[in-house]
Amino acid sequence: MTVKELVNELVEKHGTTHNSLMPVLQGVVQQERYLSEEAMLTIAEALDISAAEVYGTASFYTFLDTVPRGKNVIRVCKTISCHMQGKDEIIQALEDALKIKVGETTDNKRFTLLTANCLGWCHKGPVMLVNDEVYPELTPQKAVEIIQEYERNTK
Amino acid sequence: MSEYLVNLKINDLSVSVPEGTTILDAAKKLNFRIPTLCHHPDLTVAGNCRVCVVEQKGSRALVASCATPVSEGMEIFTNSRKVRDARKNVIELLLSEHNADCTKCFKNGNCELQDLASEYRVGDHVFIDLVKTSARHEIDISSPAIQKDDSKCIRCQRCVRTCHEIQHVSALAVVNKGEHQAISTFLNKPMNDVVCTNCGQCINRCPTGALAERSYLDQVWDMINDETKHVIVQTAPAVRVALAEPLGFDPGNRVTHKMVSALKHIGFDSVLDTDFTADLTIMEEGTELLTRLKKALVDGDKSVKLPMTTSCSPGWVKFIEHTYPSLLDNVSTCKSPQQMFGALAKTYYAQKKGLKAQDIVSVSIMPCTAKKYEADRPEMRDSGYKDVDYVLTTRELAMMIKQAGIDFESLPDMEYDRIMGDSTGAAVIFGATGGVMEAALRTAYEIVTGSEVPFKNLDILPVRGFEGVREASVTIDGCTPEWSFLEGVELKCAIAHGLENAYQLMKAVYEGKANYHFIEIMACPGGCLGGGGQPIPTNEEIRSKRAQAIYAEDSGLPLRKSHDNPEVQQLYKEFLGAPLGHKSHTLLHTHYKGRKRY
Ligand code: SF4
Ligand code: SF4
Ligand code: SF4
Ligand code: FES
Repeated sequence: MTVKELVNELVEKHGTTHNSLMPVLQGVVQQERYLSEEAMLTIAEALDISAAEVYGTASFYTFLDTVPRGKNVIRVCKTISCHMQGKDEIIQALEDALKIKVGETTDNKRFTLLTANCLGWCHKGPVMLVNDEVYPELTPQKAVEIIQEYERNTK
Repeated sequence: MSEYLVNLKINDLSVSVPEGTTILDAAKKLNFRIPTLCHHPDLTVAGNCRVCVVEQKGSRALVASCATPVSEGMEIFTNSRKVRDARKNVIELLLSEHNADCTKCFKNGNCELQDLASEYRVGDHVFIDLVKTSARHEIDISSPAIQKDDSKCIRCQRCVRTCHEIQHVSALAVVNKGEHQAISTFLNKPMNDVVCTNCGQCINRCPTGALAERSYLDQVWDMINDETKHVIVQTAPAVRVALAEPLGFDPGNRVTHKMVSALKHIGFDSVLDTDFTADLTIMEEGTELLTRLKKALVDGDKSVKLPMTTSCSPGWVKFIEHTYPSLLDNVSTCKSPQQMFGALAKTYYAQKKGLKAQDIVSVSIMPCTAKKYEADRPEMRDSGYKDVDYVLTTRELAMMIKQAGIDFESLPDMEYDRIMGDSTGAAVIFGATGGVMEAALRTAYEIVTGSEVPFKNLDILPVRGFEGVREASVTIDGCTPEWSFLEGVELKCAIAHGLENAYQLMKAVYEGKANYHFIEIMACPGGCLGGGGQPIPTNEEIRSKRAQAIYAEDSGLPLRKSHDNPEVQQLYKEFLGAPLGHKSHTLLHTHYKGRKRY
């Protein structure tokens, strides 16, 4: 399915009012992992709003990426509780395993490594999110194992 | 607003105002000034800057006066110690993120933020310094008309609301959040690469130097000082009724002849009038309209597009190029008066004066920023050179007059030079919404019937005023034989000003729901008199004073119909031939370019 088709399908489902903008943006990110220029322009046209407004909304939300992301997006919580419970070691382990730095995407486009503000799991930190899945009480080794599992399951 | 009156006290004085009035407006009634930044009378309420806070008796928190309606028995203090401290804090916080290099800033001396900083005598480094300096910051000068410097932006969002609410463009939006929040374009593209029309309405409402016109003052001074150049200047209709404001006069003063005097004093070799080519535009555009009507009504030519819209507002032209490219054939092919003037300056004028085109520098003074963009369009070189070399705004001319050390008030009145300095009342009303329509009707009606338009004193009142979209119709009565096909025809006209209104009108045309013959559109609220290059502030009251001045200028002139302009008649006789003739076609008409909205 092309981006245009995807957008049209989402607009059909959610409608063309201003309120449909969020669900349409989320729908595209779910499929494509990010909002391409073409996707945003198509959405603007479909909802009859300006492209700048679409971009403004997208750039407000951390989870609505406007740069290409890998098939799996890893977000490690960087807020103070997770920090005190060792988020730096988790990040280090993931960077070593994936051979990328925070903010980057692997060459095979399978993983993007990001940090996130509080994910609401302070009592079970350190925590990371892979796509929509939460992984609490991590150790560096556990984190790497989880990623290897994704690696095996990603075609 | 409701009829019901609410009684309250402000600084211990009683006042009654209609229900729904804000505290800010109620205070204004008592002449208490409350400072504002995000508030602008032309725009919806944002309430994001908090500089307008006041104290309400019985309430611990201060309230934003621009966003709070009055209520019965309210007691408000607009300037208590608590209020002043809070305001000072707000200003200091804004400045902690502000690149306050006032001495080098285009807005120095006319900046709402600077005024507040000066009034409240803010301290140094009260908050952490988060200033983005120019080293870490690029100023966007991609557009020939507008510059955008984010290090001066206080994120009041007046520009965003202007571009959305008044102009239906939304080239600017709030992007990112927190400390990264900024006013930007789609994917942070340069201003020149997005849907911006260069109208400058955002500039006119920006309280700081974050948005300003690209200034060509230095280049113009250089040319004036260059002995080898013959520098001519044209002045647009709306400049003469607004120039006095930044020079210390009240809005609504007409200073046409002092302005001419000042321009001569500054050193222009010839001071000429865009009004001359406004009259010429009427000859060309009026004939174009009549020709379209004939082709459509008599010859049954389906390729002729009606309604025909005006084309003198370059912000409007770029807007329709983006918004309805399929309607571009409806737009008159006439260049704007500025560009007709430019094309003639380096051909006809050069010839008459025995000058070489390459030695002429043509400058224009415009109430408009889009004219800077227009002069740069590749289509605008029909003389073989850049037809208009530099465009200055009304604001820039005021600066130039100050730089020249001129005491404006004591200047004698002077007349425009010849040739291309003569004009009629029909030309001066180009500066107001409805004016082009009125001028065109005065001439077209007379061409067709041989008699004057059937309105008292030639004042076509139905097309005047500030209603966003206006309709008028004129029944043609007593046609000469040549135009007999128009006998009894009701000529249907519509007028819109501000691009949101223009959009609504053109949407109806696009959807086939409108059956007008002729549409006038000006991109700016009130027409050119409310242009993006006009003095700041501009608001409804000021616009209406400028409009009154324009109509007073018209009724005071001996000639009030474009076809009576003797210099225009001479131009056709000696150079152009007839309206829409071959020469006109190459010099005075243009074509448009479809652009993307998305
Ligand atoms: S925007 Fe105003 S306060 Fe800021 S540098 Fe310019 S003049 Fe000074
Ligand atoms: S650019 Fe000017 S009007 Fe727009 S948000 Fe910044 S300061 Fe306000
Ligand atoms: S110049 Fe006009 S169109 Fe461009 S951003 Fe400003 S208000 Fe919008
Ligand atoms: S002027 Fe009232 S909050 Fe900005």
